[in-house]
Amino acid sequence: MTAPRVVIPRRDFLRGCGLSIGALAVGYCLPAAAQQATSEPDKAPQSKPTAASQAVESKAAGLNPNVFVHVAADGTVTIVCHRSEMGQGIRSSLPVLIADELGADMARVKIQQADGDKAYGDQNTDGSNSIRGIYEDMRLVGATARTMLVAAAAARWKVRAEECIAKDHLVTHSSSGRSLGFGELALSAGKLKVPAAKDVVLRPRGELTHLGKALPLLDAPAYVTGRAIYGADVKLPGMLTAVIARPPVVGGKVASFDPKRALAVPGVRHVIEMPHPNPPYMFQPWGGIAVVADHTWAAMRGRAELDVVWDHGPNATYDSTRFAEQLAASVAKPGEIARKVGDTEAALKSAARTVEATYHVPHLPHLPMEPPVAVARIDGERCELWAPTQNPQAAQKEVARALGTSEDKVTVHVTFLGGGFGRKSKADFCSEAALLARAVGAPVRVQFTRADDVRHDYVNTVSANQLTAGLDERGQIIAWRHRTAFPSIMSTFGMPARPALDDLQQGVLDLAFAVPNLSAEICDATAHARIGWLRSVYNIFQAFSIGSFVDELAHAKRADPREVWLELLGPARTMSLADLGVKQLRNYGQPLEQHPVDAGRLRHVIERVTRASDWDNHKARGRTFGLAAHRSFLSYTAVVASVAKREDGKLAIDEIWLAFDAGTVVNMDRVRSQMEGAIIFGMSLALYGGITMKDGVIEQDNFRGGGRILRIAEAPRRVHIEIVESDAAPGGVGEPGVPPVAPAIANAVFALTGTRVRELPLHKSVPVA
Amino acid sequence: MSITVRVNGTEHRLDVDPDMPLLWVLRDLLNLTGTKYGCGEALCGACTVHVDGHVVRSCVTPIRRVDGASVITIEGLSPDGSHPLQRAWAELAVPQCGFCQAGQIMTAAGLLRKYPRPTDEQIDQSLAGNLCRCGTYSRIRDAIKAAAGVKS
Repeated sequence: MTAPRVVIPRRDFLRGCGLSIGALAVGYCLPAAAQQATSEPDKAPQSKPTAASQAVESKAAGLNPNVFVHVAADGTVTIVCHRSEMGQGIRSSLPVLIADELGADMARVKIQQADGDKAYGDQNTDGSNSIRGIYEDMRLVGATARTMLVAAAAARWKVRAEECIAKDHLVTHSSSGRSLGFGELALSAGKLKVPAAKDVVLRPRGELTHLGKALPLLDAPAYVTGRAIYGADVKLPGMLTAVIARPPVVGGKVASFDPKRALAVPGVRHVIEMPHPNPPYMFQPWGGIAVVADHTWAAMRGRAELDVVWDHGPNATYDSTRFAEQLAASVAKPGEIARKVGDTEAALKSAARTVEATYHVPHLPHLPMEPPVAVARIDGERCELWAPTQNPQAAQKEVARALGTSEDKVTVHVTFLGGGFGRKSKADFCSEAALLARAVGAPVRVQFTRADDVRHDYVNTVSANQLTAGLDERGQIIAWRHRTAFPSIMSTFGMPARPALDDLQQGVLDLAFAVPNLSAEICDATAHARIGWLRSVYNIFQAFSIGSFVDELAHAKRADPREVWLELLGPARTMSLADLGVKQLRNYGQPLEQHPVDAGRLRHVIERVTRASDWDNHKARGRTFGLAAHRSFLSYTAVVASVAKREDGKLAIDEIWLAFDAGTVVNMDRVRSQMEGAIIFGMSLALYGGITMKDGVIEQDNFRGGGRILRIAEAPRRVHIEIVESDAAPGGVGEPGVPPVAPAIANAVFALTGTRVRELPLHKSVPVA
Repeated sequence: MSITVRVNGTEHRLDVDPDMPLLWVLRDLLNLTGTKYGCGEALCGACTVHVDGHVVRSCVTPIRRVDGASVITIEGLSPDGSHPLQRAWAELAVPQCGFCQAGQIMTAAGLLRKYPRPTDEQIDQSLAGNLCRCGTYSRIRDAIKAAAGVKS
């Protein structure tokens, strides 16, 4: 194991814990119907906030060696989930890993959702990071508690700790068969000194009884009864609801406004001008005019009656269609070398034949089913916030900044998230709620409408990528050049819009191709939109460009696309920085030794997915297949998409195969469900996704046009997921399924129709769905 | 305007703006938050409820239109979460984020009333108005079939 990175302080356990999803008792091994009774969240009595009622076990007696685990004298084990639940199933996964290390019986484990608190270390639920980033740290917190329970038992029996084992909520002395329950040991174990990390031994993998299994979805009963509490479901006494008219153009502001007609709407209490943000915009609220009312409907009606004159500012001329042309022009010229193997320019000059193509992917929306929402209450100097946030510590920091107070005065409770996809990492909506609660002197819920969500999104960036390859007389690919241009996310944080070297870690610098002359170049871009990160981020367009281009090369060579993928990847091997032709690789924050760039693993998922789909024989069946593969977030994914022509002439994606290698898997069923979801997410962006701007204003406003997402009838009837069994260090899961979906579909479309689509969304070029 | 509506078996007399959508009456006035706001234009189905047995998008249903009617929300679908669809949904671990699932289940319950053994086409047609951004569609199909006792 690697050295643990965090040393976690002990503290009063269960102090000031979260909302009703917090102290949620879960019956692990009970059948679903029986589970209902115990796992139903303690839904807030509507007359009082839940937080106060939950802060019951403060300074509870028992063993709590760190902020994640508590063992009570009655044997109840409480495990804190410090990452946000947004559909990835983290609450059904991470606590189970801790319980396995502890030797706890999941039927006696309670899971508590953490508030935002630095004591937990990083809580940012983002970057497909929760398992891959803290897999061993979380095992350590469970193992530490186990070590103390075993030490307490050994002391009581006057035997050596090595002779005792912890299993099924008991510590047992192997030779005598004596045993004591965790509850019986909790108080004495709690008096022991917490062992140093170096003195704690993690279990051998075989003893982690749930690891790699399909684990129960603990929150399923809450979800299917409507009792799970999301951000918008929080009710506080005297709470008002706000809907805000925000500047339609990034950098715009209110020139003047008249609140009269809005205030005349029954139920409207206040019309308030929000502070205007100055660049860099980061996570600041967007400014504008808030209408605060007794309930949502009055606030929405009030906003419709607002008279606001906007000063649109410097981005009022932004036109995304024209901007796409600028990006294409940018990649037509040489850029700054970011990666260099051999001499690509010389090889291209000497090549018998060159192939070149430029790809375009537009801005993309997040569209979580739950639009951004947050509830805030001010009490003297303190602010309490309830929000569906992916990053409660960022919310805490931003709310403190907005209120001009210190972070310790702000408490952030994390609700269930109705989807996040990166949008809810940003704290703009949290600060809005806090500012308004202070302004009106009552608790306030800020509710984004769907139009607000689409028009005030932190959109995924727009890109152009030019790929050029050189082939020798025998058709061997001897040169590969990738030029990329896109406004960087860093532009939202005051850094240059031109892509940063680290931005290219996503699919460009870590492309494990064995081409002898290979280069990547960064080309110029400017930023006129508020750019954020969307599930799988830059990998979306890099995988689309690379995955489509490999297919183009295959057709240029009259070769099978799978064989060309394998030719480009070369033999199974891991790649050094020198092999990659880079000086450094961010590698998603992980060392290359632990998470190498592994051409063999990408080969393997391609072989798996083509075998599963019977790739060699598909052409006889009146439909066509497309293939693409991609490494992202330290995991490897390959996809085969099948496209068929329907009777009405439209193209349907009727079947998809996906092979996935994430190394060690904790919860097999949630990994599978993430892959199922990634296919649908990838199809939505491939077929329909595309945010356009005219005069600086986002033209979409709901689930239609470029905001359209896949419906059930368009989802493939047959979906096949292959998950590689592996002992490798865990890679990411939430994001890496998405990137290869769009190029696999585009390649299948080409095979069927002969139309090569180099621009997403596909529906602009071919009659899909 | 005074409106009388029965929700999950309880009668409510409400003095509200007759144009207020049923969704906001349920969520903001009656504290039945299982019914979700997703789009406000009947595009996503997160707000689906039953009105006198019909599947309805509550976000575009003015409260005046349900005067005298009986509304069932996800909270009233079964007393204890034991409706066959709820059980199938939990057993097959359909939800990811869960936000759209109440609407999916309410629509599916309407489907099963009409077609107790639905075909794939009937499922696709009936659920066409219920979006899921997490992409749980294949498990939704499986869960409906499981609840209906139809082979997948």
